[in-house]
Amino acid sequence: MDVEMRNKINYFMQIIKHQKFYLIISGIAVAASFLALLIWGLNRGIDFTGGSSEEFRFEQARPSNSEIFEVLKDLNPGNLSVNTAGEKGIILKFKDTDESKHQEVIKKLKDKYAGIGEVNFESIGPIIGKELARKSISALILVIAAIVLYIAWSFRKVSEPVASWKYGVAAIIALIHDISIVAGVFAVLGKFYGVEIGVPFIAALLTVLGYSVNDTIVVFDRTRENLARVSGKYEDIVNRSINEIFVRSINTSVTTFLALTAVFIFGGETTKYFMLALMIGVFVGTYSSIFVASPIVVIWEKLANKK
Amino acid sequence: MNIIKKISKFIWNFFSFAFTGIFKIIGKILAFFLKPVFAPKNARSKARTGVVFTLVLAILALFYTAPEIFNKTADKLNSKKSNLANSEKLIFKSRGFDQWLLNWRFPYFYTKSFILGLDLRGGTHLTYLADLSNVNSQDYPSAMDGVKDVIERRVNIYGVSEPLVQTSKVGGEYRVIVDLADVKDTEQAIQMIGETPLLEFKEEKSQEEIDKEKLSAQGGSASGGEIGNQKSDAQLDDSEKKDVAEVNATDESGNPINVNVESSVDLFKNTGLSGEQLERADVIFDPNTYTPQVSLEFDDEGRNLFAEITRRNIGKRVAIYLDGILISAPVVNNAILDGKAVIQGQFTANEAKQLAQRLNEGALPVPVKLIGQQNIGATLGDASLNKSLKAGLAGFLVVIAFMLFYYRLPGLLADFALIVYILISMAIFKLIPITLTMPGIAGFILSIGMAVNANVLIFERIKEELQDGRMSLETCIEEGFSLAWPSIRDGNISTLISCAILYTFASSSIKGFALTLIVGILASIFSSIIITKLFIRYSLLSKWTEWTGKHKWMWKCGIK
Repeated sequence: MDVEMRNKINYFMQIIKHQKFYLIISGIAVAASFLALLIWGLNRGIDFTGGSSEEFRFEQARPSNSEIFEVLKDLNPGNLSVNTAGEKGIILKFKDTDESKHQEVIKKLKDKYAGIGEVNFESIGPIIGKELARKSISALILVIAAIVLYIAWSFRKVSEPVASWKYGVAAIIALIHDISIVAGVFAVLGKFYGVEIGVPFIAALLTVLGYSVNDTIVVFDRTRENLARVSGKYEDIVNRSINEIFVRSINTSVTTFLALTAVFIFGGETTKYFMLALMIGVFVGTYSSIFVASPIVVIWEKLANKK
Repeated sequence: MNIIKKISKFIWNFFSFAFTGIFKIIGKILAFFLKPVFAPKNARSKARTGVVFTLVLAILALFYTAPEIFNKTADKLNSKKSNLANSEKLIFKSRGFDQWLLNWRFPYFYTKSFILGLDLRGGTHLTYLADLSNVNSQDYPSAMDGVKDVIERRVNIYGVSEPLVQTSKVGGEYRVIVDLADVKDTEQAIQMIGETPLLEFKEEKSQEEIDKEKLSAQGGSASGGEIGNQKSDAQLDDSEKKDVAEVNATDESGNPINVNVESSVDLFKNTGLSGEQLERADVIFDPNTYTPQVSLEFDDEGRNLFAEITRRNIGKRVAIYLDGILISAPVVNNAILDGKAVIQGQFTANEAKQLAQRLNEGALPVPVKLIGQQNIGATLGDASLNKSLKAGLAGFLVVIAFMLFYYRLPGLLADFALIVYILISMAIFKLIPITLTMPGIAGFILSIGMAVNANVLIFERIKEELQDGRMSLETCIEEGFSLAWPSIRDGNISTLISCAILYTFASSSIKGFALTLIVGILASIFSSIIITKLFIRYSLLSKWTEWTGKHKWMWKCGIK
């Protein structure tokens, strides 16, 4: 088969042609996420707010949440909340981080209920909590900055017809798109399912950042290569690049996604939502590399040329 | 400035030249001797060497990661060998063959276990904040060292296996982090650690006091030695023996005596003088003999107290207790009125320095406040570990199935490379060693999924080159590898950047995630490119796989 025929066969995906359609979908998703974040906010766990979290398991019947609340009310540990965990467990959350308070709670519950065991206890003082929040934000900013620099450097030789830094910005827009959607999903989960975010969530975000850029670079790499080899309209070249790497992009994400799904299903409770964040991130990241990042550079080039 | 630059540049160049030169020479010598033996003569044996090397590497990694496999086989072989040696049918028995057989055994492979994080083992993670407000800033590091030592000592008394005590500085704060594995009663552990170091000075009890106590304690006659006599050794009663510390002390002529003293309070009683009144302890050297000594200086209250105590106890010993353990019991020569004292004894400079440091620890009350705590029950830890392993297995099988189904023969080869990759990664985790936590194992599984990414990129590229139709299979494959490399490199670097930043800011369990991901990505680059290439080359060249390898249709696979 020669090159011409291949071109004709492969271009059944007219992505750039329909780019407005895809961008609108993305736009809606991002807007919805922002809305969710504004209205409900992220359900911050004790990693960021400070406080104590304790999990107990009952050997026999598990009393109701309100009953436990009554029992512990007098101790007044501040912002007490009682939730169920699994079939026989409860999770207590309260603001106090004193060890003595912790022991009081244990004693009171042990006195009242036979066959109760503490499974898990975590207490983060407010100092550490604030610090983690601060560090998380700076880490996110740092990673984004590092990625912009890296892309700008790696695309430094590709300046026609779109300047190399513009690729970097397009990648960043795709990244922000990815992160917002993941955060938006977790805002919804937080509101309706009580899912909390902690340091693992931030770790997932950072990993998604790194991975999504991975994918975006694959697309841009091919674009860069084709710009050198083939002549034609910019948007045609970009479209062709997308077609050529489409299978590759999907496959790489599929393997990662499958691995993550395995951990999500079989792994323990603690990493469940961590994995979920990664899975959503990988999926959206792949989508954004193809359907968001490239259209942005094309549109940008068009706008720049119109001037 | 310029000349300095020139000189340093010259030195740098000289050293790097010499360095590489030495390596070149060594390489040439090695090549000269090894070439006749090892060098492959043509492409096929080169490929074969590559595959053999990979297999050896994989097997070594397997045994290092799971030495039980090797050791079980060694056990079986050993028992077979003993059976053989003892059996009737053994030949050469007259020549002592059986003796020779019995004399050696198959060795075990080097055994080392993985280091598991607290969330997999179960245990407690405590974070303390040190209150250094009463400390001079130049004393901060030694104060923190002191706190760390004291806490470590306490934790060891508690009998926890493999405790980990570290100091860390975050922002302007100094912290102590304590990791205790398998602790049943964290409340008690926390209580013990929370107490600040305590320094006490005690004086001897009178003989009547001791006799009285001993009589009431054991109902027998007192068999104590002549306490109060300068040169006697204290007798130890077995029932009262607790931690015995050997103590250096001097008599009035400055000769050292070895005194075995019980560290319990049976011989000494409290004086009220403690670390609270101690200003400083220092190491000094005797002007005449140049032996190391420890000098003490008390504050006003301490000076008065100490004058009283020494006046009362001339000729007797005053014991210095740290955390309830006797560390020194010098004999008092004169009443000391200036609040200064010197502990003489057979100290080495190091011992004196340690004693001074410990005294300063007692003198610097550095309160520590518990600011963070995580308890993981051991059963939860075990369950988490099992689940992680199951998840890993599932992820691995899924990825293998996908590669096989979609890419067929090259997919199979990529799967073999993946197995080698997993073995090598696990060996690296054991080697460094990296503490494995739940997120860490999740990161490893993620990297398994990403490891085949590079292979996918390469295979897709090869498919394209094949579809061009212009080149032979071998050339397409080589082209595919080289053309795919920039994408692989760029893409993985970005993930590595993320992980590096994540590593610096995260807590220890997430640090494990970042580390395993970094190691995984680096190892996967190696495995997916180099090892897969070796396998592919071999499959093209070897006599056995020619009939599968050479057909182009094997490579134009995939659903499109």
